[in-house]
Amino acid sequence: MGEGEVVGWAGLAVSLLFVLVAVALTAQQRLHLGRPIVVALARSLVQMAVVGLALVPIVDPDTPLAWSWAWVVGITVFSAVTVRRRAPEVPGLFGVALLAMGLVAATGLAMMFGLGIFALEGRTLVPVAGMIVGNSMKAAVVGAARVAESVADNRAEIEAGLALGMPPRRASLRFVRSALRTAISPQVEQTAALGIVFLPGAMTGLILAGVDPLDAVQTQLALMYVILAGVVIAALTTGLGTLARLTTPAQTLAALDRSET
Amino acid sequence: MAVPLFAFEGVGLVRDGTVVLDDVTVDLPDGGVTVLVGASGAGKSTLLRCANRLETPTTGRVRFRGDDLADLDPLAHRRRVAMVFQAPARFPGTVAANLRAVTALTDAEAGDLLDRVGLDRALLDRQADALSGGEAQRMVVARALTTEPEVVLADEPTSALDAAATRRLEHLARDLADDGLPVVWVTHDLDQVRRLADHVVVLRSGRVTWSGPAAAWDGEVGADG
Repeated sequence: MGEGEVVGWAGLAVSLLFVLVAVALTAQQRLHLGRPIVVALARSLVQMAVVGLALVPIVDPDTPLAWSWAWVVGITVFSAVTVRRRAPEVPGLFGVALLAMGLVAATGLAMMFGLGIFALEGRTLVPVAGMIVGNSMKAAVVGAARVAESVADNRAEIEAGLALGMPPRRASLRFVRSALRTAISPQVEQTAALGIVFLPGAMTGLILAGVDPLDAVQTQLALMYVILAGVVIAALTTGLGTLARLTTPAQTLAALDRSET
Repeated sequence: MAVPLFAFEGVGLVRDGTVVLDDVTVDLPDGGVTVLVGASGAGKSTLLRCANRLETPTTGRVRFRGDDLADLDPLAHRRRVAMVFQAPARFPGTVAANLRAVTALTDAEAGDLLDRVGLDRALLDRQADALSGGEAQRMVVARALTTEPEVVLADEPTSALDAAATRRLEHLARDLADDGLPVVWVTHDLDQVRRLADHVVVLRSGRVTWSGPAAAWDGEVGADG
């Protein structure tokens, strides 16, 4: 692929062959992931095509910036919906997730644009917000789900603490901390491996687009640092928010219906 | 008439559509060992959990020495009403760390607590995970005593113990009661009721079917269904 070239639909089709190998491997191991992989592929194809088409007018320099902000609000709300769907057993999680993702978007974009790392334009606002919110959403999902699971799985020890008069947060502290570490650690590892194990997407894209690699590195680093902070904010807010939602007025922890998980 | 330790007044509890407690009205005396006995699923553990506010009744009220539990701060109440469960939950760390989970204790105070439950003081520095089941259950009782409770609730605490460890724990309950600390003990073991109880409450299908002094109990609990 030469400079300025794109993959094209034919190239994309060839890349799908590699996915067939993945499907075959999961089938051989009887992981029952064939259908989810195919569904994920189909969804990604449709969603990215729609997004690509929708982004054309939004990032057009002649389009008012308000449309880009509307896009940011939309992905923030959608990310909260996704978190809610991944841990449906937690009551009232949507509000917690919306608060978390709103905090992440507000602080992350304030850093990136308030400090002048990027010029505030549609073509920067939309992808930067997508990267910050998208990565944080994954941590929020894990934070909420793992806290809920930990509380359910370690009920005996937590109740022993409650029975001694400990507040629910203190009685479950050990497990909540472990859950939050699980949610945050992948991003820490990814940041630590930056440049050694992989070249992240934004940097790769900039280099492919002909930007000087050193400039691409600076941009990528700024993004990764903001994403790392966003992941921490998202995991802490959803994890602790989940615990708060599970705490009853009688200072016990609600029993969860694990059948929904 | 003396104020009962616990008064359950028309207590009902429905969990996931199943009636667990059905209009339970009973007084527990303020002293000695009261044993709640019944078959599995009779509702005795749930009744005990209501006394500690780990469960909230769907209907009715529970009073502790005259005070409606709904009016009390749950955390403060739990420090007055210690509870020991079937399986001894060991917190990470040493026995001393377990005893200091909610109360700052000196080594001497922690050692005195181990004395009180019949454990060697030398165990203070041992990892809680290294204790036998019987030792762990006694440590849990000692940990429950750190808040200087006014009653000890025990939910089938010997169900996982061998005969010798069971007898030691029963003797401990008797000693605590004789020292003026009432004990409410849940079991399905009729022999244990005879060995331990001063007062018996029989539950069946979520209802109290008999309550009175142990000497007057006919030894029957009936089949649950």
